[in-house]
Amino acid sequence: MEGFAENASEENLVSGKIEINCTVNEKQKVLLAFPMERLLDVLREQLHLTGTKEGCGEGECGACTVFINGEIVNSCLVPVAQIEGASIQTIEGIASDGQLDAMQQAFIDCGGAQCGICTPGMVMAAVGLLEKVPNPSEADIRDGLAGNLCRCTGYMKIFESVVRACQK
Amino acid sequence: MSIVGKPVPRKEGRRKVTGQALYVDDLNFPGMLHGVTVRSSIPRGRIKNISFEGDIPWNEFTIVTAKDIPGENYVALILNDQPYLADEVVNHPEEPIVLLAHHDKYLLEEARRHVRIEYEELPGILSLEESLDNREIIWGDDNVFKKFLVDKGNVDDAWSKADFVVEGEYRTGAQEQLYIESNGAIAVANAEDGVSVWGSMQCPYYVHKALIWLFGLPEEKIRVIQTETGGGFGGKEEYPSMIAGHAALLAWKSGKPVKMIYDRAEDMVATTKRHPSRTRHKTAVTKDGKLLAMEINFVIDGGAYCTLSPVVLSRGTIHAAGPYFCPNVRIHSRAVATNLPPHGAFRGFGAPQSIFALERHMNKVAKAIGLTPEEFRRRNFIHEGQTTATSQVIREKIDMNGLLNRAFEVSDYRAKRERFARENADRDSSPTPGSPAGQPGWCRAAREGVNQAGSRIKKGIGFASFMHGAGFTGSGEVFLQSVVGAEATREGQVKVLAASTEIGQGTNTIFAQIAAEALGLDYDLVEITQPDTSNVPNSGPTVASRTCMIVGKLVESAVLGLKQPLVSSGLLPEQFTQTDFQRACSEYIEKFGQLKSFSKYDPPPNIHWDDEKYQGDAYGAFAWAVYVAEVSVDMLTYEAHVDDFVAVQEVGRVINPVLAAGQIEGGVAQAIGFTLYENVVWENGRMLNSQMTNYIMPTAADIPPIRVYFEENPYAYGPAGAKGIGELPMDGPAPAILNAIENAVGVGFDHIPLMPEAMMERSVA
Repeated sequence: MEGFAENASEENLVSGKIEINCTVNEKQKVLLAFPMERLLDVLREQLHLTGTKEGCGEGECGACTVFINGEIVNSCLVPVAQIEGASIQTIEGIASDGQLDAMQQAFIDCGGAQCGICTPGMVMAAVGLLEKVPNPSEADIRDGLAGNLCRCTGYMKIFESVVRACQK
Repeated sequence: MSIVGKPVPRKEGRRKVTGQALYVDDLNFPGMLHGVTVRSSIPRGRIKNISFEGDIPWNEFTIVTAKDIPGENYVALILNDQPYLADEVVNHPEEPIVLLAHHDKYLLEEARRHVRIEYEELPGILSLEESLDNREIIWGDDNVFKKFLVDKGNVDDAWSKADFVVEGEYRTGAQEQLYIESNGAIAVANAEDGVSVWGSMQCPYYVHKALIWLFGLPEEKIRVIQTETGGGFGGKEEYPSMIAGHAALLAWKSGKPVKMIYDRAEDMVATTKRHPSRTRHKTAVTKDGKLLAMEINFVIDGGAYCTLSPVVLSRGTIHAAGPYFCPNVRIHSRAVATNLPPHGAFRGFGAPQSIFALERHMNKVAKAIGLTPEEFRRRNFIHEGQTTATSQVIREKIDMNGLLNRAFEVSDYRAKRERFARENADRDSSPTPGSPAGQPGWCRAAREGVNQAGSRIKKGIGFASFMHGAGFTGSGEVFLQSVVGAEATREGQVKVLAASTEIGQGTNTIFAQIAAEALGLDYDLVEITQPDTSNVPNSGPTVASRTCMIVGKLVESAVLGLKQPLVSSGLLPEQFTQTDFQRACSEYIEKFGQLKSFSKYDPPPNIHWDDEKYQGDAYGAFAWAVYVAEVSVDMLTYEAHVDDFVAVQEVGRVINPVLAAGQIEGGVAQAIGFTLYENVVWENGRMLNSQMTNYIMPTAADIPPIRVYFEENPYAYGPAGAKGIGELPMDGPAPAILNAIENAVGVGFDHIPLMPEAMMERSVA
């Protein structure tokens, strides 16, 4: 934490904000934020990455799921001070150059998205699952997605989406 | 080249899977303030004093109380009894009293905690029973918002002719809609331009009407725009009028745009839930298992204000006697006031409550007279030409027996029922009852069908048969007079203009399919216009399983209306290709400026409804269904788990099989939550467990395989033959699951949510 004080301007020090260097969707970012601000708010309000959603604010629903250094995390539970030097990936970083990820395409094809509010987090969790378990069983899929709540689908079409994405 | 019946991809799918879809909290306006609500902490009392305390720079805040309201201080809906801001008295916990706005969200939260409200407390009514007992009169003369009496035949004469009379009492709890996007709105308001609101909602014209009265402005000065909406389930039917009004009041006073977004806890404690209910049945049956008379007493807890309770009560009442023919039926129903936050619309709208009671009771009656649950139902299923409780003659082809047969076949009902009975008995006679099945995850054992002697699992299978009416009840659709527009562009695209909202259920997609089918165009050539009251006609609210059947039919006729002027002006032959159509549109618009068509609701022939007697054609059409649930009950922990679920239904023609199955699966999952997990804990009228960590909805690990089957019987007056579907799956699972639990443990339970504690108390082991 000592490094921050040297980089921060006097004005920011007075306000209590700190400077944070990190990578977001493969772009280098310097953020200025209160150390205990939620990563979720910084992504949405400072970086305008509004694909990451807030559903519960207490790490229960998974709508705010992002990757930090490749690990699945609920961004509503992460104080932004913890991401110094980290690499963050959000839903906006999943499709590249307008080309959908196989998981995103599968969600469209199989009806895995209904109202869409859980979808970014659900897609992130599903992509994260396949990185760890490339050919998941039904039990793996259920366990892997159990931290992401969906009120619309009853999960059936989400399971189908994950299976479809594995086939690609 | 039929597009109806095809699983075309969701219109807005791409923007949803990429995170580009914009929900209300994703929007920001220059100079925007944030708004919060200060709410009552007691169920009932007089407001003595409001003070603004603490070390808060209050002069920086916009503060709104009831005195700042420019128009009427009520949410215009049915009885207009609910204030936007409590003035002098409060009638429920979490009732809005003061609104605050500031640009700094963190300071705003601090300020909210420093508004002190002093009350003179009055005794509150905290349950349906206390209300019925008139322990205090808190609403009108007798605490009753609304009552109905449905009277068919002569019930009183039937009791003496009966071989059996069976009585029962059934209860259902409150349920939170729990859309994952909480309620929210952004408002811009000033005297010159009027009021504009962007928000998450089901019914833009409900909000529009409410704002007209709140501000006393002419309708053209009010504009309501639906942003992408992250689930509704009824929870965004009436409540958005409240939050939109609050944001608009703050915007009006501050002169700046104001955003109000509830966090989860506020959304759960303050907004509407499903009405708790109590149903009493008294049923007369002959010895050969024929229904002779049904007397049903149905009561729902409406909360502190009337809001939509009369309509919820109506649907619950009409569905209370189910898909059976009975010559003598009397249904007496009441919606009563309590000092709880108003209960409101929630998928099924009263029907899940009364159908739960009926389908538990049908099993009870069957047992009493010595028939199987299925045989008793078979002897009483309604047939074409027979009449419902409201004396509606069923004119559609209907085959409840066929649905039952198919549901039994695909669920392997009979074989499983026999096997479970044998295995449960083996378990009971085992020397080591209660020992674990060997797997820590008992549900895994259950899913794999392992139910050996010595296992602590008992298994059961049960079903429910039911129906759900599509569209507004009785004369509702005639009063609504819904309108849909269609507009062709110079490029030959077709735009559908409707206020019906996409809330996840697939409005955009099915409307595009219906329009494309009607004109023989490609799906991609049809666009659905964002609901914005300045731009779309009032196609009515997005509720009551009416969007596909009622509004979809208007979409069909509106787009067909585009063809007429093209043909009569000689630009388009009667038989045409897509290219012909596009060329004709281009030429027509070149010549005449624009090409638009509007279609207004016209009831199907032979629909008659008597609002006084509550008799007649309650709905244009019903969807019919039989659902089968397979459960396991852990006899050590008393947890029940649904292991397999079969949903067989007839919903007319299926427009999009993936979306339709998605509706059923989602509804079944939500109903499993209603039955086994979602327990609202009340204390002094306030919900205690207002978090996702302690209000438990089903996760991916909890939901069984949900197997969905459609029988398609095209409905003559629906678009391409479709009927309504959205609410149906909420009705059947609860009784099917409780019937299965009774089959597993040999003890019947008559209330939901059925928590392990309740099973333990009855010591079913």
